[in-house]
Order: sequence, then C-alpha cells, then structure tokens
Amino acid sequence: MTYVLNTERERREMLRRIGVEKVEDLFQDVPAEHRFPDLELPPPVSEVEILQELRFLSEQNADLDHYLCFLGAGAYRHYIPSVVDHILSRSEFYTAYTPYQPEISQGTLQAIFEYQTMICELTGMEVSNASHYDGATAMAEAVIMALNVARLKRKKVVLAPSIHPEYREVVRTYTQGMNLTIVGDEDPRGDLAALKGLVDGETACLIVQVPDFFGRIPSLAVLRELADAVHGAGGLFVVSVDPISLGLLTPPGEYGADIVTGEGQALGAPLNFGGPYLGFFACREEYVRRMAGRLVGQTVDAEGRRGFVLTLSTREQHIRREKATSNICTNQGLVALGAAVYLATLGKHGLRRVAELCYHRAHYAAQRIAALPGYSLLDDQPFFKEFVVRCPRPAREINEDLLDLGIIGGFEVGNVCPGLDDCLMFCVTEVNSRDEIDELVEALEEVGS
Amino acid sequence: MSIKVDPTCRYTETHEWVRVEGDVAWAGITDYAQQQLSDIVYVELPEVGASFGQKEVFAVVESVKAASDCYMPIGGEILETNGALEDAPELVNQDPYGKGWFIKFRPTDLGELDALMDPAAYEKFAQEALEKGGH
Repeated sequence: MTYVLNTERERREMLRRIGVEKVEDLFQDVPAEHRFPDLELPPPVSEVEILQELRFLSEQNADLDHYLCFLGAGAYRHYIPSVVDHILSRSEFYTAYTPYQPEISQGTLQAIFEYQTMICELTGMEVSNASHYDGATAMAEAVIMALNVARLKRKKVVLAPSIHPEYREVVRTYTQGMNLTIVGDEDPRGDLAALKGLVDGETACLIVQVPDFFGRIPSLAVLRELADAVHGAGGLFVVSVDPISLGLLTPPGEYGADIVTGEGQALGAPLNFGGPYLGFFACREEYVRRMAGRLVGQTVDAEGRRGFVLTLSTREQHIRREKATSNICTNQGLVALGAAVYLATLGKHGLRRVAELCYHRAHYAAQRIAALPGYSLLDDQPFFKEFVVRCPRPAREINEDLLDLGIIGGFEVGNVCPGLDDCLMFCVTEVNSRDEIDELVEALEEVGS
Repeated sequence: MSIKVDPTCRYTETHEWVRVEGDVAWAGITDYAQQQLSDIVYVELPEVGASFGQKEVFAVVESVKAASDCYMPIGGEILETNGALEDAPELVNQDPYGKGWFIKFRPTDLGELDALMDPAAYEKFAQEALEKGGH
C-alpha cells in the first residue's frame, strides 16, 4: 500500500500551487554534493539470500540460547510464561501507546488499571501511574515530584551511593539547570546510614535502592532511620526496588517510603538488548496531584456500569501545559501490560516462589564460589540475587576466559568503583539451574589460576 | 448569562475579588471567572505563612478546560487557606464569593485597594468582557 495516497495529477497540482517544477526542487537547501548521494549499495539479492546473511550475522551474537549468563546489574533474566507473549501479541492490545478514548479502549484501560493495582500492592503504595520509560527515568521523575511537593523551595537531593550508577546519572541529566545540590553518592561504596547526616531543611528527598546496586539488602532498622530522618526534615523518602525481590522483602510502604520507583523489566519482559523496559512509579495518595504521567481510574458510565478512563491524563497536554510539573505523558503501555499479565499469571505465591528460587540459587552460587581458592565475597551483608566476588585475577580477564567457555560472566565492578578491578558481580535467578551454577563454579576454578 | 457581583468586595481586572474586614482579608475568584473556567476540578493553594505582593501569583485553579494563575488583589501574608476546596473544588463554581473562598490573609498595605474596581465598575467590566466573548 502506498502510504501517501495521491495521484500523479494531484502531485503536479501541488507543485504548481507552491511554484516549483518537480519534487527534487524542494531539496535545494541541501548542499548539492549531499543532495542525492550515490549510496553504493551492493546489488539486490533474493529473500532467501538475505535471510541467510542476516542469520549468519545474528549468530555472531553471544545470545542466551547458546551461552550461560550470570550478568545482571539492572537488567534481569527471569522465566517468562508463554501466556505473556500470547496476550501481548493480540491485535487488540498491540500498541505501545496509551489509549485516549475510553469508548474504544476499555480492554487496555482495564489492563493498565490492574497493572497499577498490582504495583500498589507490591510496593505498599496508594497510587501508581501507568508507567514511565525505565527505572532510571522513573527515579528522575520522583526527584522532580519531590521538588514540586516542596514547591521548588528545597534544592537538595540526597542519593544513596549504592543506587545504580546509571540511575544517578539520569537523575543529574533530568535535573540539570535546576540548580540542585545532589549529594551523598560521591563514594559508590559509602555507608548508607551516614546519609542521615546529609539530610537538612533544604532536602527535597532522600533516595535509596533496595536491594542496592551491589545486591545487598539494607537492614529495615537503617531504612526506617533514614525515612525518619528525611521526614523529620520535611522531605520525602524515595525507594527504588527490584519488583521480584518484593516477593520476599517488606514493601517499601511499610518502612516509610513516600514514592516507590523501579525497573519493571524483570516482570515479564525479555532483556531485549536493553529495551524497551518499564519504569514503574507509585506514591502516597496525598501527592497524586504532583505525579507525572497517566493514571487510569475506575468509574461508572451513564448507565451505571463499571468502566475505565484516563483520570489525570489531561493534566500535562490539555490543561496544565506549561504549569505542569512534568511533561512526560507517554508510558510503556505494552510492557506494562506484559508486567500485569506476568504478575497475574504468577499470583502472590508464584511471585514469592520466584523470589525464593532467586535467593536460594544465588546463595548456593555465592557459597560455592567463595569456597574456591583465591575467590571471596566482598560483602558480608544479606543479599538477594546478586553478590560481588573478589577474584584472584583482574575481572576483565576472568570474564574473557569465561566467554571462551561459553559463559557470560558477571558485571565488572571496577567500571563503576575505582579500585575494585578484581571484582565481579554475579546475578543468579530462577532460570540458572543448579547444573549451570556448578558449571560456572568449575569454570571459575579453571580460569582463576 | 448574568454575572453575580458581591457588594462587599473589590475587584481586579484579572477577575479576583478581595473582601477586607478589619486587619484581615479574604480573596477568591469571581463569578465571571468561574463561569469562564467551567467545572473546576482542583485549586492549588499557597502555604500558610507565605507572603505575596500585589499581582503576584498565589494560586492555580484548574478546570476541565484550562489551568489559570490567580493574582493577589493586594499584597499580604497568608493566614489560612480553604481546606474544603481539596475535596469539593466545585464550591468555587457554586459559591465563588462565599464557600468558594481561596485564602484568608493579612494585607500589608490597604492603600493598594485604591487600584481595584468597586462592585459597580467591575460589573460593567465583566459584562463587557462577556459581550466580547469572554477571555
């Protein structure tokens, strides 16, 4: 189908009206030597040939069908029940965008409403929006919301050093030009409890990540102290979480969080070479007016039947415009739908089981690796599905050797923490079988010396 | 459509009213303003203790049609805001000069009232604005 449906006669008429002879004349502002470059493309090939070529290229990838993988650091491999893809692929749902018209979008709106409900239940919050781009941008939106809750009078943001380094960068990118003081994360291995001392009457919010970037689970006592410290100073407590961990861990709402954000990719989305991912965002109801993005609400139609609408959608685009606190209106509708289907499929007990499997397999792996000569655990704190291992050789070399053995190793911690070039952070989830873990341990032993 | 005007208030060209009683004052938006905005869904009120000069933005009123800034009729320090608007913003539509008040404040200089319109002048001003098709 031709996308622009016009005839030769119509084209001639349009050119005549705007006073040019031919379409090429419209490009005369482009310098002549760049105007119609010779692309020097290879000769055309048949469909069979091009498929062969592309398959050959794709097989150069170290993909997860052929390699074992113990890499996490913010992107996680979990088992995705096949029903997730099946529902996502239905044509009624297959759009990445939020539907505007309730008259024709009840199914999608209901799915987003259910997604929001499940995110609230997981995080212990009262309201959730229809999602953001990813975990990092959701955290940046939390900062902007906290600034607006403080009516832009507080200019300080305290970031835990153990927040994902990329998230901390995105927060700085989003807020550049706002003259903020962002403190607390100078030393990525710094102490969480010490953040209390940085909180003052200028502080709009304090943000922590649970489990933290290094996989560690801070104690509830420390988290509550931080919540009390920032609340005492009149600021907000923001927590970024791994949603899978909430199958086991206390919801942030129970230890004082005002806003909970996180990366939702683990909920039913594949690694996808880095995206699209899913930022979830939930908060206490008293702040809902300052929340960015969309919110689907349940209502009744003229005949009293249950229905769903975009409750706060109009705020940025149609009503508040330049007075809006954020101009982010898009969401990850399709990935959010995937998360809703994933959570509904697993149910309460299923999610707990996945979290338990991650926890136990990761601990089995950590215990076995730590027993190898030359290897030791960097931290002695409780952890969830990731842990940092000090290696007998530089982490990069270990990873290269592992790759030769068909194993994608851990995250090279030295990339974000100077001085820890001999450290690898491994991630173990329910998809890593005991046999896979044993294979990793054997390989590490082999490449360690 | 007729415009109601309260005889005890003075008015701004941006359609706010102010009523002074002794050394305190109340302010809100006029009947004309609420008619133009249509259904009001949210009023963002200032913090108690904050101070604003004359013509400074002290509130934002959001309706199903638009969000508009509200300007201080005369300068002063906020003593109280109308908490009832949080759950019932429609009070502004129903009773703009009464239950739909926005703020109670302590004026800094009552001389600033001289720049405002009296009820008769405002009624004429608003009627003309309405005949021009609103704004």
